[in-house]
Amino acid sequence: MTSTRIRLPVPSAPSVAEGAGENPMPATPRASRRSSRLRGGPRAAVYVAAATTLPASVLLAVGIGSAGIGIIDVWQTVVAHLAGMPSPLSPLRDGIVWDIRLTRVLTAAAVGAALAVSGAVMQALTRNVLADPYLLGLSSGASVGAVAALMLGVAIMPTVAAFLGALAALTLTLLLARSLGPISPSRTILAGITVSAFGVAVTSFLIFWNVQGDSYREVLNWLMGSLAGSGWATVAVSWAVTAVIGIPLVLGARVLDAFAFGDTAAASLGIHVTRARWIFLAVVALLTGMAVAVSGAIGFIGLVLPNAARLLVGFRHRLILPLCALAGATFMIWVDTGARTLFAPRELPVGIMTALVGAPIFALVLWRHRSRS
Amino acid sequence: MTAASAMPAVSAHDLSVHGLSYAVRGKMLVDDVSFDVPAGTLTALIGPNGAGKSTLLRLMNGALASNGEGAAVMLGGRDLLRLSRRERAKTVALVEQQSTIEFAVTVREAVALGRIPFRRWWAGAGDDRVIDDALRLAGAGAWADRQVATLSGGERQRVTLARALAQQPRLLLLDEPTNHLDIAAQLDLFALLRDLIDRTHLTVVVALHDLSAALNDSDYVVVLSGGRVVASGVTPDAVDADLIRRVYGVEAAFVADPGSGRPVVIFRRLGDVGD
Repeated sequence: MTSTRIRLPVPSAPSVAEGAGENPMPATPRASRRSSRLRGGPRAAVYVAAATTLPASVLLAVGIGSAGIGIIDVWQTVVAHLAGMPSPLSPLRDGIVWDIRLTRVLTAAAVGAALAVSGAVMQALTRNVLADPYLLGLSSGASVGAVAALMLGVAIMPTVAAFLGALAALTLTLLLARSLGPISPSRTILAGITVSAFGVAVTSFLIFWNVQGDSYREVLNWLMGSLAGSGWATVAVSWAVTAVIGIPLVLGARVLDAFAFGDTAAASLGIHVTRARWIFLAVVALLTGMAVAVSGAIGFIGLVLPNAARLLVGFRHRLILPLCALAGATFMIWVDTGARTLFAPRELPVGIMTALVGAPIFALVLWRHRSRS
Repeated sequence: MTAASAMPAVSAHDLSVHGLSYAVRGKMLVDDVSFDVPAGTLTALIGPNGAGKSTLLRLMNGALASNGEGAAVMLGGRDLLRLSRRERAKTVALVEQQSTIEFAVTVREAVALGRIPFRRWWAGAGDDRVIDDALRLAGAGAWADRQVATLSGGERQRVTLARALAQQPRLLLLDEPTNHLDIAAQLDLFALLRDLIDRTHLTVVVALHDLSAALNDSDYVVVLSGGRVVASGVTPDAVDADLIRRVYGVEAAFVADPGSGRPVVIFRRLGDVGD
């Protein structure tokens, strides 16, 4: 038996609300500080642009590389493979396009999407515009897991181990932050740095103890973030995890909105706060764990893109998350293309590139928040 | 001595709080609180700092789970504590003291959060009318596109109120809503609450530590001290100088407001003798 809802009447009669009373509210003070949110057509245009830029980036980035294969040949090769026809290129060059470049570009896209979405979720959950899987220690925790699984021969897949490592690091960070007092952005970051430093030490120790000779460089490369080891297996893992996690995440995104004004406000809006928090933290750990297992610790993507997305489309995660995924994927494809071509034939770990771009932006965000807290 | 005896008889449509308790590390913050008030009235929850007012409000809307045996918050014949979280959020709304936000959120976006209990994963917003009405009722319509972070304390209070109204509640709880308001804004707020009650038969419970405001603007008072109800009843009869001395530790004298004839309280420190 449900009773009818109270309808809020539209006050046509003068009400205190509209300032008709004896103390009228100031009409338009500081009206210049209006929001720059996109609505309607312009907003739709952003999504159309993001959704078309991603496949276009895949096609272009596949054509770029040091092997000197013409872009038309590259596209013909891709089409031939998709259509089940014989490749126009020699087996070696065909392998470079189909098995090396394409898998790398596709893996980069999934990793970028996963990291950007992770950042957006972390920021909503910790109510902290500076949160990022890298800064909060998740990436280093995932590295510990992945390296331990590889080096110690523990019989679990690197992805699963990285997930467990990320989850452990995240739990540690949040417990540490809470034990320092009421959770605040700066305390959370400090706790993240602490956990991160510890994770890096453990990872370094494991590597130092186990790795000899040439593989040192290889491991170091992965550790700093590199997509060089991509193949169809990493494409499958990264896309599967991103899709399986990402789609329900977007559908349940309103729950993230509810955390904007804190836990009590979220509870007052009908959210099971404890359960929601753990589900989202596990989701972030899974996405970050996957990204680290596939490509090492790549920082700052999760910090920069969600902040940019919020500026454009406002504070609704149903709008923020898809834009983060598309932009993160495109961004990562191009940063990685830069990493493998700028200093060819030498290759730069992509984590160095994202840090070079991301750290100054982080400084800018910090600087914009300087007056508060 | 004032007691619960002054409370009116209540029907099934009224608000009936029963046996709410909350303990943290063995300390009772709210201790077996019960009271009844008619629907469509304004009840002031008063008591000194630490009396358990905020905790009680959070127990009433289910943001905290009561430790008490047989705890119930009956409204319109339904026990709010037995509703699903989502149904409860459509029935009771809480205006918190001061809510801070780190994100660049516009007023409209903040108020739209009040529609979250009404949304499903397959359905988007489509609540623009309710949000507009809530903004207007709370007197926040003029700032809809401004950033919450740029608003004053009083303006923010109205945004929080608008968010609560967007939940279309039958029971509205406010936690020290006058804390950051100047005197004109305080009077406006109570006029606004009265207006809402008249229009929608809303039931309002306001936690206040300002005793004068409570006596001026409420229909009923519930006095908390040390987590317990020490007095409750019709305003202003339920409160007298003896009670104020016990609860607040100050001397109080009542004089009639020359305009309305309602009693106004004047406070003195214990032991200070007036001239």
